[in-house]
Parts: sequence; structure tokens; C-alpha cells
Amino acid sequence: MSDTHAETVLFVRETMLEQQEPPSSIVGPVGWARSNLFNGWKNSLLTGLSLAFVLFLLSGLLPWFFSPTWNATSLTECREILAGHEGACWGVIRERWLQLLFGFYPSELYWRPILTLILLLVALGPVLYTDYFPPKLLYFSAAFPFLMPWLLWGGSIWMPIMVAAGFAIGYFVFVALMKVVNAGISLFVAAVAAIVWWIFLAALVTNGIASVVPLVTLEPVPSRNFGGFMLSVTIGVTAIGCSLPIGIVLALGRRSDLPLVKLLCVCFIEFIRGVPLITLLFVASVLLNIFLPPGTNFDIILRVMIMVTLFASAYMAEVIRGGLAALPNGQYEAADALGLDYWKAQRLIIMPQALKISIPGIVSTFIGVFKDTTLVSIIGLIDPLGLANAIRADTAWNGVYWELFIFIGAVFFIFCFSMSRYSMYLERKLQTGHH
Amino acid sequence: MKKSVFLGALTVAGLAAGVAGAATLDDVKARGKLNCGVTTGLVGFAAPDANGEWEGFDVGVCRAVAAAVLGDPTAVEFVPTTGKTRFTALASGEIDILPRNTTWTFSRDVDLKFTFIGVNYYDGQGFMVPKELGVSSAKELDGATVCIQTGTTTELNLADFFRVNNITYEPVPIETNAEAQQQFLAGACDVYTTDASGLAATRATFENPGDYAVLPEIISKEPLGPLVRHGDDEWADIARWTLNALIAAEEYGVTSANVDELASAPTDNPEINRLLGTEGELGAMFGLEPTWAVAAIKAGGNYGELFEKNIGENTPIGLARGLNAQYTDGGLLYTPPFR
Amino acid sequence: MTTLTDPPAESFKLSMLVYDTRYRSYTFQIIALIGVLTLFGWLTNNTVQNLNDLGKEVDFGFLSTPAGYDINQRLIEYDNQDTHLRAAFVGLLNTLLVAVLGCVTATIIGVIVGVLRLSSNWLVARLMTVYVEMFRNVPVLMWIVLAMAILIESLPSPRDFRGDTPEATMKLFDTVAFTNRGVYVPEPLFSRGIGDLSVFGAFGISLDLIAIIVVLIGSFWVAKRIGRKADATQEATGVRPRTWHVQTAVIILPVVILLVLLGFHLGYPALQGFNFQGGTHMRNSLIALWLALSLYTAAFIAENVRAGILAISKGQTEAAAALGLRSNRIMNLVILPQALRVIIPPLISQYLNLTKNSSLAIAVGYMDITGTLMGITLNQTGRELETVLLGMLIYLVISLIISGVMNIYNERKKLVER
Repeated sequence: MSDTHAETVLFVRETMLEQQEPPSSIVGPVGWARSNLFNGWKNSLLTGLSLAFVLFLLSGLLPWFFSPTWNATSLTECREILAGHEGACWGVIRERWLQLLFGFYPSELYWRPILTLILLLVALGPVLYTDYFPPKLLYFSAAFPFLMPWLLWGGSIWMPIMVAAGFAIGYFVFVALMKVVNAGISLFVAAVAAIVWWIFLAALVTNGIASVVPLVTLEPVPSRNFGGFMLSVTIGVTAIGCSLPIGIVLALGRRSDLPLVKLLCVCFIEFIRGVPLITLLFVASVLLNIFLPPGTNFDIILRVMIMVTLFASAYMAEVIRGGLAALPNGQYEAADALGLDYWKAQRLIIMPQALKISIPGIVSTFIGVFKDTTLVSIIGLIDPLGLANAIRADTAWNGVYWELFIFIGAVFFIFCFSMSRYSMYLERKLQTGHH
Repeated sequence: MKKSVFLGALTVAGLAAGVAGAATLDDVKARGKLNCGVTTGLVGFAAPDANGEWEGFDVGVCRAVAAAVLGDPTAVEFVPTTGKTRFTALASGEIDILPRNTTWTFSRDVDLKFTFIGVNYYDGQGFMVPKELGVSSAKELDGATVCIQTGTTTELNLADFFRVNNITYEPVPIETNAEAQQQFLAGACDVYTTDASGLAATRATFENPGDYAVLPEIISKEPLGPLVRHGDDEWADIARWTLNALIAAEEYGVTSANVDELASAPTDNPEINRLLGTEGELGAMFGLEPTWAVAAIKAGGNYGELFEKNIGENTPIGLARGLNAQYTDGGLLYTPPFR
Repeated sequence: MTTLTDPPAESFKLSMLVYDTRYRSYTFQIIALIGVLTLFGWLTNNTVQNLNDLGKEVDFGFLSTPAGYDINQRLIEYDNQDTHLRAAFVGLLNTLLVAVLGCVTATIIGVIVGVLRLSSNWLVARLMTVYVEMFRNVPVLMWIVLAMAILIESLPSPRDFRGDTPEATMKLFDTVAFTNRGVYVPEPLFSRGIGDLSVFGAFGISLDLIAIIVVLIGSFWVAKRIGRKADATQEATGVRPRTWHVQTAVIILPVVILLVLLGFHLGYPALQGFNFQGGTHMRNSLIALWLALSLYTAAFIAENVRAGILAISKGQTEAAAALGLRSNRIMNLVILPQALRVIIPPLISQYLNLTKNSSLAIAVGYMDITGTLMGITLNQTGRELETVLLGMLIYLVISLIISGVMNIYNERKKLVER
């Protein structure tokens, strides 16, 4: 058999060939470049154009960027150092970076905003990264909203405790009333009880206790001293924190069967979403005092926080409404089938799931609000952009421009970019949860 | 007060933090701080330094009033205001006094219901142009692009000036002085117009100040003065006479250096004695310490010292006294007698 | 046989307001209504009292007094002796102008970038990612200010065009001047124009423009009719008659004839005195705002587009490829039309955001409604309450109109499912 074969064919390979490396043109950097950068003339052209663009940008920016002006103490000194060359004047950042971060917060108290930021991350941990943190930490997350104002504004520790007591009072009233009437009514009465406590009693009790037991009292810092990124973060975090409960209520209201409640919620949400934030800030800066009782007068930063909170809660309501809409109808029906009433169904079945779905949306709302806090510079608050103007009004730095904006832009980018990465991580995690 | 601010944040109703009643003096004393409205930053007049301390000519007025009322020049809260928010902040009681280079005009005094307590800087609107344009008079500016700060009286003056002279222009409205400066230097506008003091201050910080000229025309009167709310004459008196005390101190040669010495014993000039409280009871008349003026002068010096330190000829801004000299030197500063 | 009798008619008890589901919803709503009315009453009461204390009253009379200030960019006739109302209207038109320009550009850039982000070219995809992340994560106010600064610093000033050996020259055959005061482009002029149409005696609309638009619409309609007829012929006989040259002629000829009749010519900008004269002047403030808003919003739109494209199942691409379509035709004919349904709803909110963000115009001195009515007018008249409320109302109406129109479009584009 093999003989005949051997006669008919001139050559037969009898051993297997060694496997060969693929040609060098399709592996390694060259191959990668060919398949990812130069596949086809159109792509090659695009690559060439992009490369030229990037090189052009870098060649213009890098020499400017690396300039030996870190130790300059004024723009004139920068000009002397550079001696006619184009270059950045980084001395302004060295001299003012702490101010850009903390505003006019007393420098010996910088540990307080820093500690607050660290605690904020700790408090957010169990909410955002549910897998890696012990659930017990959630209690700390609940306590943080009371801790934060105390750390930032200072004062007696009894104040946050008394404010927290308001919630406790509300809760007990709620539980007690639940045995008698339905949840809606008891919630209402509980809220009234808590508000009465806050407005009329808490200040009295606090003063009383604080004079008897003067526990830890921090040096008070008026909110006027808040500035720079600390102001942006404070406004952003406060607005998101406060807008979450308001947003939930509005979202439930908008999906409610009661036409009047629905109408009111729709009007509020659409009104806020229909006007630019800057007009709401104008309201905060020039009109809020006219709307409030004669003589009431609290400072501009609190007024801005209130308006930004209202602004954020309208957007939050829409995010949560999206979360509610994304829940399958079966969940609602199952809750009904179990005989749960509206409030129980919301609390035990609907909200936990809806909020979980909404977290990416909440994070992007937060990024939006955080970026929008720069608008407060237009009404004269000293946020990073406002501070940049104030710094340029200093005779030493009059005329500095790009350096400040690059610094501010970079810090904003770091904040927002890490948050948006987190939200993408979360989206991916939630997606796998469904499959 | 801190606690109620805290509560205000947490309760929707918002507890009253500081009540803007009729008696501003009592409020300020109870608060222990003077709330003073300043610009968000104007070279020489008000700007925060690296430590967050506010400095400048307007700031000096704030400190003097705080020293006169509270005895402590540092007991001031500076509230940065914009052209838009300044009047509301004052009307709503958020600030007690507004020394924010604000022009004293009829409608602001009467219609907006404020009381101007005097003039701390006599200014006028001028024009600055690059010398290479070869312009020597503002009337040659037909068709020019003019950078102008919005939210001020300058806008209206400019429109009037060009209309009356029957020439055209292209306005470029700008929010802050720093931006105006950038646009002007880059040639995005031919002319920069604002108060002459602002022009000088801006020009001083240019890389080549000699390339730019301020035109001779001053097209308006801009008496800049601190203002307070209508209806609290007592407070207006305190603010007015604190400013007057600073001006009078310069006239009589009382400086921050020699004020202690002069106040320790009556001098042979009765006017100085009454000013410094060693004779008569002027302070008690409006409910202040007899040494109120001493404190005010010690805060930052008399008017002349404030001027020299912040905007005078030895500073980068380099403003001459001009109209703001004492009447004895041919200026307009003339205080009523302390008697 | 027992009959079911109605339960004895319950007499109405107060407790039923709480316990009976039939009444409970009314109870809640009435409580809510009372609460809201009380709140409003309280606010109004405070406002009235505060205004009384300040000695002011709500009065819109200031709108009819002369404004006294000038506005550089005006789409209708305006000078400083016109009323505040007219100044506000000039501002409103400026807002609408930048919003429309911004929405169009943002959509174009957004779609291109969104598609390029999925490009097989590694470098291009990365560059687009860098662009999107940079713009999404830095506040829009900063971009606006930066865009303005870049324009001012990098372009030559009109002075540089002067002299025998100028530092800068006009571009595109001496027709366009790029300066740091803006871009001057040739303007269309009509030597035999038919004048303006006066609307309510308040402002004029160019009749020439209207005539051109009417003729264009007419010729497009005719061209479409011809196309339909060709379709019908193709359906009936299977052969499509060549119509493109007729259609082109129908569209182009009437307009050209009309332009010749009107004496159309271009007015070129020329350096005269301090500035360029003649031509259309697009100010830097407009360009900076337009550029920054479009680039910023485009980054968000790009993400929406990318998400929309990724939402279309891979099978669609493969099926289209199996039909023999090339990749750019797959994108244009198969993927994008389907992705559009996913893209439009977020696109609406991006348009709304852009319009609202245009209120940041004051940062670069662009005189939009915020700059005129809520800016200079507010400052000069001291009427905070009236101007701010009026401004909010205007923005609200614009937003409602945009979302209304876009929702109708969305309804029409929606996939009709079986």
C-alpha cells in the first residue's frame, strides 16, 4: 500500500512539522498596531491625524507646563524667573492651594474637614460597597449626618444628639400610634411631633443640658469661612443627603393614585427641572429673605444649600421614579398578595429594591450637583472659581489665569472621574445580578 | 447664635439667626461682630490674602467701624457681594454696612431706600487705551469696542456719553475686573472704562504699564461711599462719624502712631480732645465708649494712612490723592466739626 | 331562598375619614391641599409684609421705562432708549439663538464621537474616551470661561491686521476675519430687496428671507412629489426612472432665480477704524458659549449614542453584513435608526440641560435673558422679585415647549410593537 503511494507521489511528509510562530506582522506591537491602528487607509489616516493632533497639543503645552516657578511669590517674580519665555507661574498654587481647598476655614482646625471627609468615606462604604464592609457599620452611616454638621460648624455635641433625638421621638410616636391608627396617619403625627421638638424644645433642652454637662464642645466656625473645594463638597453632600428623603417622597407622590398629591408633586418636579439652577440661586441670594417671615435672616450659604437641595430633590425624584418603574409589576402584586398595606409594602419590598437599582443614577445626580456648585461663584460665594477671582484681585497675582483654572479643573476631574468610575462598577455589578 | 444657625439648617422653618431690627447697634453689640459687605475682590479696595485675611481700602473702613463700636478691629465678618447681591444683602439685614465702592446716586438713596453716610473716595469714570492706538480724547472713540463692568452705573454713563456725542461703540460686558483686564490686554477691546481709581489700579499691574494711557475725559461723578439701611439714623450716625473721625484725624495730624500719646492727656487743641474723648462726651451721645475714635484710628490709621497703605503712591496701585486730599490741600475732604 | 340584603346603611362617622378606604384618600388629599395652601399663604403673607417694610410693591411698570444700557448682540432693532421689555426680548432671542445653535452642533458632535468611541481604531477610540471623560467631569462653567480665554488669547486682535506687514491676515480668500473680538463672515445683502415685514410694529422680519424660505419649501415639496412618482413607477414596472437631475434642478433653479431677482450679493468685512465693518459679526462671547455648551453636552450625548448602539443586538449587525452591506452603511441604515429610539429620550433631557446651561452666559458677557432681564435690568431698577420671577417663568415656558415638541417626536418614532 505504502509502496504504491510512494510511487505515485514524489514527496510525502512523514513527520509533523513543528508549530511555527505566527508571522511577526500580526503579533507583537507591530501586529497590534496593524490591526488596531492601520487596518485600511481610512483608519491609517485617522491614526495619523490623531497622532499629529496629540503631538501638536503636547509640544505646545509641555514646555509651558514644566516651568521652574514653583517658589515665586508674585507674578512679577515669575516673569523675572522666566525672563521672557512662555511658562506657567505655579507659585500661586503653592501659596494658595490650602486656601483653594479649605477657603477661609481656620488653619489650625483643618483636621475637622479632613476628618469629616474620611468619616464620610467610612460612612458611605457600607452603603456603596455592600460586599466589603460589615453591615454593622450601617449604624455609623446613620449617625454620620448628625456628626458632619457638628464637626464642620462646631458647637456643643448636644446639638446633634438633640437633633437625632427628634428622630427618635418621631419613631416612638410612630410605633405607639401604629397600634391605634394606620401608618400614614401615624407617620404624619410622628413628623409633627418631631418638628415641634426641633423648633420649640431642642434649643432649650440643649442649652439646659450643655450648661450642666458641658461635654465635647468644638470651636464654632461660621459658615462664611467655608470656601474653596470644602464649600463645594459641603453643599454637594448636604444637598444630596437631604434630597434623598425628599426625592423618595416626591417620587412616591408622583406615582400616587391620589390625583391631587400627584398633581402637586408633578408641578414641583417639573418647575424645578424647568428652570436653570442659576435662577434658583438668584432666588436664594436676593429673594429668599423676602419670602421668609420678617426678621428671619440666615446666612447665604444655608440659603444656597436649601435651594440646591430643592434642585437636587427634583432630579432625585426622577431617578427614584425610574427605579420604581424598573421594578417588575410582580413585586407590587406579591406585596399586595401578602396583605401588606401601602407603607409596609414600600418599606419592606419596593424601596429596598428600587433604591438599589437607582444608585448609579443617584451617583450621577451627585456628580451633576457637585459640578453645579461652581455656579455659586456667580452670586458671590467663595467657591473654587470665586476664590480664583479673589486671588487674582491680590496685587501679587493680578494677571494669573490658566494656572488656577488648571488646578481647579484637575481637582474637579479627580473627584468626578472617580465617582463616575464607581457608578460604572456598580452598573456592571447590578447587571450581573440580573442574569 | 451658632446653635440656631445649625437648627436653621435642619428645620425647614429656620429659626431666626440674627434679627434685623431697627436697632442695628444693639444687634452688632449682641452679636459681637460687624457684618461688612465688600466686593468679591478688587485690587487695593478689598481682597483676601493667603491667610484669608481681608485687606484693602474699603476693608479699612469696616475695621474702623468695628473698632469704634466693638473696640476690636478684627471683630468683622466680611461678606463678599456682587453688584447684583449687594443691595439685597444690605436691605435684608445680612450685612450692617456696605463699603463696597458704591456710587452715591439719587435713586439709590431715595428709591432703593439706603442712606449714604459720606464719601470715602471721590472717583469718576474714565477710559484707558493702548498708546499705539494714538487716541488722545474719548471723543475719537467712534466705533471702538469698549470693555465695561456690568452691574454698575458705568454702563449707563457710557451709553449717555456716546449718545450725547453722537458716536457709536460696541459694549463688551464683563463680570469682574480681572476678566476685563485679560480682554483688554489681549486687544479684545480697544478701551476699558471703569472708575479712574480702578483703571489706575489695573494699569499698575500690567507687565508694561507705560504702553497704556488713561484718557483725560472723566465722564461722570462717582462719589463712592459706604451705605447703611434707611430708617436707623443712630447707626447711620455712628458709621458717618467714624468715617469723619478718620478724615478729621488726618486733618489734625492724629495718626495710629501718636494717637495713644495724644489720647493719654488733653492736648491744647480742643478739637483733637473732643475727637479723642479727653474732653466732652461725644462718644456717649451715640452710645459708644469715649475712646471710640481712638480705637477707630488705631485700627488702620487715619484716612491718609489707609490711603497710603492700600492705594497710595507707594503701593503698586499708585493713586495720587487728587480730589481725595484734605480741603487744606485742595481736595474735597472736609469734615464737619467735632463739637 | 334567602336574598342578600344590603348591609344596613352605615351612618357616616368621623372615624371613617381615617379608617374607611373610601374616604381616606380624600382625607389625605385635603390635608395635603390645606398644607400647600397654608405654605403658599404664609409665603405670600411674608412677601407682602417684607415688601411693605422695604416700602416696595410688586409693579411691572418698570418694563416700559427706557432701559438706558446698550446690548452688543441684537437680533432685532434696539438702542439704549428702548424699554426694559424690549431689552428682555433681545436677551430672550439671544438665549434661543445660542440654544438652537448649541443643540444642533452638540447632536452632530455627539453622534460622531459616540460612533467613533466604538471604532476599531484603538487610538481614535481612546482619544474619544479622553474627550468624553474630560468634558463630563469638569464643570461646564469652567469650560465656558476657558473657551472664552482661549479665544481671546490665541486669536489676533484687529490691530494686528493693520499696517503694511500685518501680523495677521484675513482667511479664505480675504473673506473671513478671525479676531479675538469674534469672527467676521460675509453677510448676504439684497440690492433690490423687498423690505421688512413689521410684526406688531415692534420688530421687522426680512421679507427677502421669508421669500427664499417659501420658495425653498415649495421646491422641496415639488422635488418630493417627483420622487414619489418615481417610486410609484418603480413599484409598477420595476424600473426606476432617473429623476435626480430633475429634482436637483427643481430645488436649485427657483432659488437662484429669486436671488438674482433680489440682487443678492455678499458684503465683505473690511478693517475700518477700530474694528472690522461690514459682514456678519459673530462675537466671541457667542462663539465661546456655543463651543463650550456644544462640546460639553456632546460628551453626554456621545455616551447616550454609545449606549443606544450597544443596546442594538449583535444579530442586527450580522444580518446586515450577511445582506452584503458595508460597515458604514450598516451603521447608517440599520444600527442608527434603531438606536435612535433608545437615544431620543435622554437626548431630550440633554437639550433641556443645554438650554438651561446657556444661562451661564453672563460668565462671558453674552447678553442672554439672564444677562439682560435678570442682570442689568435687575441692577438698574432694583426690582429683584419681578425680574427673577419673570425670568424663571420664561425659562419654564421654553423648557416645557422643548420637552413638549420632543415628546411628540419621540411618540412618532416609537417602535410600534405587535
